[in-house]
Amino acid sequence: MVKQLSIFSFLALLMFSCGQSPQKDIKIDGSSTVYPITEAVAEEYRSEAPGSRVTVGVSGTGGGFKQFLRGETVINNASRSIKPSEVQLAEENNIGYVQLSVAYDGIAVVLHPDNDWVDHFTVEELKKIWEPDAQNTITKWSQIRPEWPDEEIHLFGPGIASGTYDYFTDAIVGESGASRGDYTASEDDNVLVQGVSTDKSAVGFFGLAYYEENADKLRLAAVDNGEGAPVKPSLETVKDGTYAPLSRPLFIYVSSEGAKRKSVQDFVNFYLDNAGSLATSVGYIPMPEEEYANQQEKFDTFVKEHN
Amino acid sequence: MNNAKKNRLKDKAFEWVGIFASVIGILILAIFIGFILYMGLSRLDWDFMASLPSRFAEKSGIYTAWIGTLWVLGLTTLISFPVGVGAGIYLEEYAKNSKLNTLLEVNIANLAGVPSVIYGLLGLGIFVRMMNMGSSILAGALTLSLLILPIIIVATRESIRAVPGSIREASQGLGATKWQTIWNQILPASFGGILTGVILAVSRAVGETAPLIVVGALAYVPFAPRGPMDEFTVLPIQIFNWVTRPQHEFVINAAAAIIVLLGITLALNGVAVYLRHRWQNKMNW
Repeated sequence: MVKQLSIFSFLALLMFSCGQSPQKDIKIDGSSTVYPITEAVAEEYRSEAPGSRVTVGVSGTGGGFKQFLRGETVINNASRSIKPSEVQLAEENNIGYVQLSVAYDGIAVVLHPDNDWVDHFTVEELKKIWEPDAQNTITKWSQIRPEWPDEEIHLFGPGIASGTYDYFTDAIVGESGASRGDYTASEDDNVLVQGVSTDKSAVGFFGLAYYEENADKLRLAAVDNGEGAPVKPSLETVKDGTYAPLSRPLFIYVSSEGAKRKSVQDFVNFYLDNAGSLATSVGYIPMPEEEYANQQEKFDTFVKEHN
Repeated sequence: MNNAKKNRLKDKAFEWVGIFASVIGILILAIFIGFILYMGLSRLDWDFMASLPSRFAEKSGIYTAWIGTLWVLGLTTLISFPVGVGAGIYLEEYAKNSKLNTLLEVNIANLAGVPSVIYGLLGLGIFVRMMNMGSSILAGALTLSLLILPIIIVATRESIRAVPGSIREASQGLGATKWQTIWNQILPASFGGILTGVILAVSRAVGETAPLIVVGALAYVPFAPRGPMDEFTVLPIQIFNWVTRPQHEFVINAAAAIIVLLGITLALNGVAVYLRHRWQNKMNW
């Protein structure tokens, strides 16, 4: 029992004696979509600044913002812009922030390889399939375009907690988070790949990187936004903005507290210098060079304001 | 067909249902483990154990993850063992049949059924924020301790109850106090069972992901923790992170990491079996 008592007091001591040393650490959390890019940057940064301690979590964009806006992290990975409710929280907690774009991601609309009737969807058609009113009424391909077969349509998409889902519904239905509920949802895009690749009457959407890794099992649908010919997502069409509206920027948010620290400034500068090439290596699409220069300028101004 | 024959047939039928039920569980487990070994075994080498996470699947490793898992495991055991066993002894040996104690018992039984993510939220509120521990190993270990305490308490009580009443009476008949009886007779006799319970509970904690994600365990930690207040990652989170990546090579990494996690669980269970065996042979009244 004496031994157990001593363990207890040891633990109690630890609790009160060990503070954290936040000055040295660069704590990052947020979107799992942006995670691979930030992980790649952090990995490269190890050789650039061997003494640095950069950690990255995957709480999701929203979960990450909760920590970011309490000052628990200095950088937040985000696959969408900050929401009005989060802006309000930032003001209440007196936390300044800057939004920096780091790469693009295309959202691919995919089909089973044996689907030979669809060449492209118009944005209107996608809306007709996915809007809330479509639930239980749009159930057959022929309802979308009369020449398509009179067969059931099976839908696959990310779950409602995902930033990809938020972006897709915003771009297609016109309201973030509004969609039918009767589709197969999964937070794991590999499950969606599996679903669409084994179901001839399936249509689904997810990040372009998941299509490219599974291009042999899936067929890509082009999207027609009414401005010229239908466009398929690719490195070029996402980068030059012709694959609209389903390409989106990915962000990191840096806090004013972070901007005051030299270590965070160095890391963000390194991030913006290398994001283009590193984003490509993990399956995302780099922004044009001048765009990175713009972001760098934006960050420099932000740093000046807070020092 | 007469009644006896019918009954014998029913008997036989039930036997087959029983065999089928046992085989199906083992078969599925065998397929699963076989598949994991097939996928991951070739990836498993010393480099994989000693490398930091990386964007290149083939360069990526689980060094910080398995060290984090061992840290969490060690601290969780240190915390939950004395508290759980103490509570078990109290409830079994000292507690009177009062309303308060009945309430305690009902609640402990119910706590064992609470989903683990709820414990994560509790840990986030109390340990991470209120007690200001941050997303540290200690906060994670305390959260997991809460999670497995009910299991340890129940296991402790069961093993204490299994000690024959005659031992207790003999000890007290010889003039030993209650504490002396517990310390010298009851605990040694039930210790094998208690340890087994503790280890099985801890090996459940090894696989937990959800409460640790809520508490703020990270996915990318490029340094091994040096103390209980450091940030950390654990194997299940690393596995979860890898299976959601688009590149197939990461899935192979995940399989290899699962083998390591299974190895840790298996080793713990092995220790439990060994301890139970040793303590059983040791007692001779």
